[in-house]
Amino acid sequence: MNQALWIAKTGLDAQQTKMANIANNLANSSTTGFKRSRAIFEDLLYQNVRQVGAKSSQDTQLPSGLQLGTGVRTVATEKLFTQGNLTQTENLLDMAIEGRGFFQILMPDGGQAYTRDGSFQVDDQGQMVTSGGYVLQPSITLPENALSVNIGRDGTVSVSLPGTTAVSQVGTVQLADFVNPAGLQAVGENLFLESNASGSPQTGNPGLNGLGSLVQGYVESSNVNVVEELVNMIETQRAYEMNSKAISTTDQMLQYVAQNL
Amino acid sequence: MDHFLYIAASGARETMLAQAANTHNLANASTTGFRADIVTAQSAYLSGAGEGSRAYAGMKGRGVDFKEGVINATGRGLDIAINGPGWMAVEAPDGSEAFSRRGDLRISEYGQLLNGVGQSLLGNAGPIAIPPYTDVAIGADGTVSIVPLGEDPNTLVAVDRIKLINPDNSLLSKDNNGLVIMTEGEVALPDTSVKLVSGSLESSNVNSVQAMVQMIELARQFETHVKMMKTAEELDSSSAKLMSMN
Repeated sequence: MNQALWIAKTGLDAQQTKMANIANNLANSSTTGFKRSRAIFEDLLYQNVRQVGAKSSQDTQLPSGLQLGTGVRTVATEKLFTQGNLTQTENLLDMAIEGRGFFQILMPDGGQAYTRDGSFQVDDQGQMVTSGGYVLQPSITLPENALSVNIGRDGTVSVSLPGTTAVSQVGTVQLADFVNPAGLQAVGENLFLESNASGSPQTGNPGLNGLGSLVQGYVESSNVNVVEELVNMIETQRAYEMNSKAISTTDQMLQYVAQNL
Repeated sequence: MDHFLYIAASGARETMLAQAANTHNLANASTTGFRADIVTAQSAYLSGAGEGSRAYAGMKGRGVDFKEGVINATGRGLDIAINGPGWMAVEAPDGSEAFSRRGDLRISEYGQLLNGVGQSLLGNAGPIAIPPYTDVAIGADGTVSIVPLGEDPNTLVAVDRIKLINPDNSLLSKDNNGLVIMTEGEVALPDTSVKLVSGSLESSNVNSVQAMVQMIELARQFETHVKMMKTAEELDSSSAKLMSMN
């Protein structure tokens, strides 16, 4: 049938993906440690309808050809790892990463996952776990009778125990970083998995080798900018309407042929 | 049968092709750094005695619209836009040099500097590679500088410089992958007058209002051609009636 119909269809597809992406960002605008993503578009390949430079006679050639593009496609949805705002919670087990890096999480299946969500809790064993119940790595166990917990900027976790004025160190929170954080695979629950595109994790103590430092009593809020998403939404809606207008116009052209010839 | 019908049909067919090109522009109205395509009609005269009055329509690509798009601030350090004329050199799939204005950059797991669709950006000598870093910044002249891993934030090291070029627009055209290339295949020389702004992206340069108006115009034009075909049919049938014996 007519190319224009299919080209406009690719436009609708792309705008719809973009809208889904915007909706997901907006829905997570208050998810701790969430990183917004954006849809990346690319124009599809061009068809050579008339080859440029083809011979128009023995001695002359066409000065320009006709290439028709075939539409647009969504190449990727890229996560943007810009820093979210740090929000004070005064909860002693909340940590925010100021700078690069991820907390390392042990999944129930034994695999490693990574997160920026620093709202930790303790389980019945006294281990620090995420709100989903997954254990922080390297694991840190808080004594049952601990009076208070202090987490330093370098990740040192120390507790004060009853009957003594000295604090005792119970572990160190380590962070992991990736060459290409945007290549991490998002799996939901605020977690990311290592992928071929992200490179392998480089672990280290917070504040060293370019890793961010920890801030106790704060969490990192979502980096979604609601106003920006709403502007994107308006733009996407209008682009969608224009592409659907292109479909109806092409349809009318074909209808006119069918009815008049 | 008269050639009238065929000439009108060629007009309708070519208008349909122009509509396809216009729809392609509209579909890419939100593709970062996209340049709109322009198609125009030209007449192809038949040669031979008495045939000069007949001209068939043929569409040809007149090339690419090199008007600049709008620069939108995104606040991401690796988003760059070219302020004014110019291009960034990228590596085409076959390893040759092509030009792009999309600046949604990222760094791959091997440290290559890529744009949003995965093309390597070219520097002074081939694709730009970035050693392990803690921070990366791109200057207005395309200089890529990093704070190497494990160094103090004040040890900024210049790694490479994005090849920025500004050849005359008449030398450029699009290839079948939609990449802008030098039509004659010559090598473009770096131009220091091209300026980048970081933290921004350049939008597509498709003017959607203009594309919509063009769409209506082409649709009406198409209807006119179809109307002519209808008229050709009516003329034919009336002349057949005239000739009829009873």
